[in-house]
Amino acid sequence: MRLWKQSCKVAADRRDAATAVGRETPAWQWLGALALGAAIAAPVQANPFETRLDNGLRVVVKEDRRAPSVVHMVWYDAGAMDEADGTSGVAHVLEHMMFKGTETVGPGEFNKIVAGVGGRDNAFTGHDYTAYFQQVPADQLERMMGLEADRMHRLQLTDEAFAKEIEVVKEERRLRTEDQPRALVYEELMATAFHAHPYQRPVIGWMTDLERMTADDARRWYRTWYAPNNATLVVVGDVDHQTVFRQAAQTYGQVAAGQLPARPVVEEPPQRGTRRSVVRAPAELPYVAMAWPTPTLRDPGADTDVYALQVLAAVLDGYDGARLSRTLVRDKQVAQSAGAGYDGLARGPSLFYLDGAPAPGKTLADVEAALRAELARIQTEGVAEHELARVKTQAVASRVYQRDSLMGQAMEIGSLAAVGLSWKDEVALLEGIRQVTAEDVKAVAQRYFSDDKMTVVSLDPLPIKTLAARRPSVKTRH
Amino acid sequence: MRGFTHQLMALVLSVGAGAAMAGVDIQQWVASTGARVSFVETHALPIVDVQVDFSAGSAYAPADKSGLAGLTASLLDAGTQQRDENALADRFADLGARFGASAETDRATVTLRTLSDAREREAAVALLAEVMAQPAFPPAVVERERARAIAGLKEAQTQPGYLVERAFGEAVYGDHPYGRAASEASLAGLTRDDVVAFHRQHYTAAAAHVSIVGDLSRAQAEAVAEQLTRGLAAGQPPAALPAPALPAARVSRVPHPAAQSHILIGMPGLTRDDPDYYALVAGNYVLGGGGFVSRLMKEVREKRGYAYSVYSYFEPQRVAGPFRIGLQTRGQQADEAVAVVRVILQQFIDAGPTQEELDAAKGNIVNGFGLRLDSNAKLLGYVGVIGFYGLPADWLEQYPQAVSALTVEQVRDAFKRRVLPEHLVTVVVGGEGDQTAAVAPDAAKPR
Repeated sequence: MRLWKQSCKVAADRRDAATAVGRETPAWQWLGALALGAAIAAPVQANPFETRLDNGLRVVVKEDRRAPSVVHMVWYDAGAMDEADGTSGVAHVLEHMMFKGTETVGPGEFNKIVAGVGGRDNAFTGHDYTAYFQQVPADQLERMMGLEADRMHRLQLTDEAFAKEIEVVKEERRLRTEDQPRALVYEELMATAFHAHPYQRPVIGWMTDLERMTADDARRWYRTWYAPNNATLVVVGDVDHQTVFRQAAQTYGQVAAGQLPARPVVEEPPQRGTRRSVVRAPAELPYVAMAWPTPTLRDPGADTDVYALQVLAAVLDGYDGARLSRTLVRDKQVAQSAGAGYDGLARGPSLFYLDGAPAPGKTLADVEAALRAELARIQTEGVAEHELARVKTQAVASRVYQRDSLMGQAMEIGSLAAVGLSWKDEVALLEGIRQVTAEDVKAVAQRYFSDDKMTVVSLDPLPIKTLAARRPSVKTRH
Repeated sequence: MRGFTHQLMALVLSVGAGAAMAGVDIQQWVASTGARVSFVETHALPIVDVQVDFSAGSAYAPADKSGLAGLTASLLDAGTQQRDENALADRFADLGARFGASAETDRATVTLRTLSDAREREAAVALLAEVMAQPAFPPAVVERERARAIAGLKEAQTQPGYLVERAFGEAVYGDHPYGRAASEASLAGLTRDDVVAFHRQHYTAAAAHVSIVGDLSRAQAEAVAEQLTRGLAAGQPPAALPAPALPAARVSRVPHPAAQSHILIGMPGLTRDDPDYYALVAGNYVLGGGGFVSRLMKEVREKRGYAYSVYSYFEPQRVAGPFRIGLQTRGQQADEAVAVVRVILQQFIDAGPTQEELDAAKGNIVNGFGLRLDSNAKLLGYVGVIGFYGLPADWLEQYPQAVSALTVEQVRDAFKRRVLPEHLVTVVVGGEGDQTAAVAPDAAKPR
């Protein structure tokens, strides 16, 4: 199981008209796929194309002419990490409010227009960003740009709509976090690993903060951060980039630049010993998640430790039969499941994660010890050349496969921009992985995983006594 | 005015339909092995996707062996005559290929995504053939995976999202194969012999449909299909599944300390070749399939803030798959939310969609058809459904045309005949952990 810091507004879990095959992939799954994908780059080509409007809006267009379809996204450089204490979750609440209409477009009208032309739309919020997207027939792009530009500066945020929507957000928190034991563990892990940095707060917000939030909190957030000079427009699909640049100027170009506040730089103070915490929640299996502070990619040409840590994560858990599942699940049968996660792409500090649940008859301590033993093995023995080659092959293949999805390509461009990088860094990102040696992997395994830097959160399952006692069914009239 | 709107709509629809059709040419044939094959040739990307569907889903497992279909699918890559599970995983990874296997109700599905370069493609296809035809089902791995399945099930049984699905399946389908779910006891009783026998009987060429999408020629695709099915037993086409009986309406409650109640309401619904297919899916778009613009979303989420997610859908299967309405809401307001949903559903059954709503549904389905087919992965999904269920090869062209032709009366009539309150079961799981106050009952009345 991988751990993700994003939170999103996904439409109903729906199987509409022709989705004979499966449900649409929720945004968070794309985000999951991106962890590896974003680390891997494309061959050099003229595409994408980039410009900047006079009002500061960055515009990136990638032409992909395979089908008459286009993805249109706007990424704001404002996420949960920019929130103040007491208003955690306001970035995400505002994301919900962005669908409530503007001075000229009625509540829900944007959704209706997108649906009417056969498209789909949604939005998602992370610690680093808030993003909005539509996937529509290519001839509808300009209309989408007009509507998205409109709500960039003309949102109508009423008390009444806020009062309803905050209840929806609370239900979302119940669904995603309150009733999800492993999500509670992740929330606790972040709150424990970070003492000073705002990554300590959950993207969806503490329930206690949501209870007290007001429409004015949301309005203030909107006024502060929603401006073209704080956003990146990403368009991928059956388009001509010059035309899109022109359309962007005609639509987004009408929005005045904003005065952005200074952003405090919060540096996490050094950790001085292992931190442990426990979550008790209804579950059957115990579960443990561990994290260590690791570097974040700032200079794609120089931050070689990041690439070595990416390879380390892939050697541990990058493919079926990678080390953690091979050793812990298959050979030693100490774990029901085991995983590793790291991407090193963020505005703030990065963590390297390990997690696992014990196999029947094994304890959480067994799993924790086995996970750490795998790290220790790499610290002393390093990794094999064939493992390294395999991970690099996977990286290149993933890169090719990602081109099958317009959304995946747009996500990559946008998420790089959101962490202060650029699609132009894609080449360096792949090259960085290609340059990693077995010695590099061993070195980072030795450098970053001391006991004193470790945070461990375990899930202590609460028994559910009522489960067996099912009430008798009653007949009912409708 | 209305007439004008209609003309405009017809124009939009025909343009949309044309765009959707462009480029989707599904070639179909029967391999010498007896397996059916569907192929879409597209060279835009250096990728080949392969999907093999067998009539080997949970509905085909013996009544006392629930869980066998899923276990068998998950054990295909547990080792072959030539390679153990680690060697298989390493080989797929070294080729940059992605393998997957899973079972749903009707189908067991095996997938492969590979680079199209001959070296990778040929090696990956050979490995897939080996996995499908010569799985070794090593006793130790069978034993381990069965234990993992039991542990996974125990964990799932503490989660309301799983409990509601299982209770819903049982309530809607009773003893019908679609209602069966693995239990700890049924999993504990499964043996390696069961897995071997299930594989031998159901993973056959006669029960297989091969879908191929991507960067290869017709001749190469024919060779791939032959290679993938050559090692399979010839087998017989699967026995027909019985049609499910309709349950009597009832409410089941399963207590759970979660803050939210997970709610499902439904009954047996659609078959894949159902004459009401288009009327029901288009109607459902208006009711609860259309995401943010559906009636359920507007009434339950937007107007009342009762739920983050509320939806409805038909899941067409070989015999009547479920129609369902689903939502989660905090426990104290579960009864009010169910009451609202029932009123909305009854209004829809009684009156059907408005003309404006049906036009909007048509606009979405028809104009958006191209978006459903704009990647190889999406295309593969449709090709698999068309081929496995034996739908016409031009189904993707028929679909928007059939939807365009629907009338309000047809949709209303179809819902009236097919969504029957006296047969709707309601399952409510959890909500006992909700600490907030109950809502006033009159807040619940739909406006």
